[in-house]
Amino acid sequence: MSIQVDHVTKKFGAFTVLNDVNLHVRSGELIALLGPSGCGKTTLLRILAGLERPDQGRIFLHGTEVTDHRITERQVGFVFQHYALFRHMTVADNVAFGLTVKPRAQRPSAARIQEKVEELLTLVQLQAMADRYPSQLSGGQRQRVALARALAVEPKLLLLDEPFGALDAKVRKELRRWLRRLHDELHITGILVTHDQEEALEVADRVVVMHQGNVEQIGTPDEVYENPATPFVYQFLGDVNVFHGRMSQGRGMDGEDRTITPEWEHFPEEREVTFVRPHDLELSVSRTSPTQLEATVRFVNTAGARVHLELESKESSELIAVELTRERYRELKLQPGNVVYLHPKQLQVFKVPAT
Amino acid sequence: MRLILKQPSILPGFGLTLGFTVFYLSLIVLIPLSGLFIKTSALSWGQFWEMITTSRAIASYQLTFGASLIGALINGLFGSIIAWVLVRYRFPGRAFIDALVDLPFALPTAVAGITLAAIYASNGWLGRYLDLFGIKVAFTPLGVLVALTFIGLPFVVRTVQPVLQDLDKEVEEAATTLGANRWQTFLAVIVPELWPALLTGIAMAFARAVGEYGSVIFIAGNMPLKSEITPLLIMTKLEQYDYTGATALGVVMLVVSFVLALAINLLQWWSSARHMNQ
Repeated sequence: MSIQVDHVTKKFGAFTVLNDVNLHVRSGELIALLGPSGCGKTTLLRILAGLERPDQGRIFLHGTEVTDHRITERQVGFVFQHYALFRHMTVADNVAFGLTVKPRAQRPSAARIQEKVEELLTLVQLQAMADRYPSQLSGGQRQRVALARALAVEPKLLLLDEPFGALDAKVRKELRRWLRRLHDELHITGILVTHDQEEALEVADRVVVMHQGNVEQIGTPDEVYENPATPFVYQFLGDVNVFHGRMSQGRGMDGEDRTITPEWEHFPEEREVTFVRPHDLELSVSRTSPTQLEATVRFVNTAGARVHLELESKESSELIAVELTRERYRELKLQPGNVVYLHPKQLQVFKVPAT
Repeated sequence: MRLILKQPSILPGFGLTLGFTVFYLSLIVLIPLSGLFIKTSALSWGQFWEMITTSRAIASYQLTFGASLIGALINGLFGSIIAWVLVRYRFPGRAFIDALVDLPFALPTAVAGITLAAIYASNGWLGRYLDLFGIKVAFTPLGVLVALTFIGLPFVVRTVQPVLQDLDKEVEEAATTLGANRWQTFLAVIVPELWPALLTGIAMAFARAVGEYGSVIFIAGNMPLKSEITPLLIMTKLEQYDYTGATALGVVMLVVSFVLALAINLLQWWSSARHMNQ
């Protein structure tokens, strides 16, 4: 089922939660709404489900306007961050709930419901847990029950509100891969709300980055990661070093050789901010080019697949983070206190809007 | 109250607080009540049995426990509705209604009894109209029921209200997204969550009603075999200096109340232990 969000605005009192949001989701896509807490992503999801009403704008599901339709008419499945399971019902009864509350004429027979529940529990790999109560399950298992329960009514659209937010890191990783596989099997249109950029980039077909009620960028994980449209997106999608400076006629005044967006060449002098990802910084122990930045190694963390360094430099008020491969680190033989020279392999400059 | 010490607690003061608890309960509850049993033990089993099974006594048990139970159940239903309205809706005068609920707690029971009797008497504000339909409330067992319902109301409201307040909104939303209508959501999702609190409230309203004296005697009419409650019968015996007779009836009330309270506690424990063991 395709989704069209058309100029949706939502206010809570004087606070604008969603500001003229537009979004199109193709049938069968899995979309991640990504942003920090309070950016409006959950509100957008709840508006799609019918749990909230937009103040302005319209929602279309499969080409039909549903802005004023009730929740039950929308055929959406909703998965909550804190599972929202019925704790006085067994796992099987939880999953069967959506079927047992159907009007008598549409309700499947008891045998058919049981069959369906078994099918779904097999799908979420919890066949053995059918007679348990939710309190007897782990967080990951509970969320799988919640998912099976939402899928039982065969929704056209699956909405997931930070479904893995309350789980620990390892379970979260397992579950999101499992969710991706499940989505590939079922081809159901899905929208996943998350504040975890790694989760969004790994699971979704497309990512919608939101900030303060606005959509900052919509694109495939590659697009948003490689070509962030705004400073916010750049900073939100992964670690980043920020260098503040001024530029004149499209060139940084400190004379560094940079790739600068041509559209800014005509601005006489602007404050600018440069972003460099830690893994885009190259280190050498001796100066090979005059544009390199001199820095001193302060901290080294060798735990993990890559080595993380923190450097101090006159050019930056904050410590500069650098990520190296283990091989490169061994080659350089770096110790805290060593002087190194930095060169960005890739960077992005944004003009700071005049305030 | 934890009487079984399974393992040393990390918190200090277990011995001290448990000691105090036992001492305090003995002083306030156990010693006076055992006095009741000691006084009664002056009777032989035969005498005791005879004394507590007179037709007048049995009629009074039926009225006391029967009216208390019905009153508690009525409160269970309407108290829940009041709690629901107070928690779920915002309306002018809500704080006023909230305070009104506590009135049966605060009001001297005699005042309540006199007021009810005046209103429901056949020339009272309400009694006058009920009389037209042949319904007599004051000075009948129905009057007892009205008084016992009145004094039990706050217990149900005040136990259900906080649970309703803490009810996870998402659970209801989940039910709605799964296609349940309001009524189905209420029955299948909300009622089971409220059930333990509701049972507690009903049990407390019941316990309160069984022990009620002040408000009932004014409206009951106190006719032996008909509208006489057991506490009044005990009072009558005391006035006739029949102390052992009074304590014998007291023992019956005590035992029945304790067994009922225990049964309700077990029911509650059973209904919540299955799925809320976290």
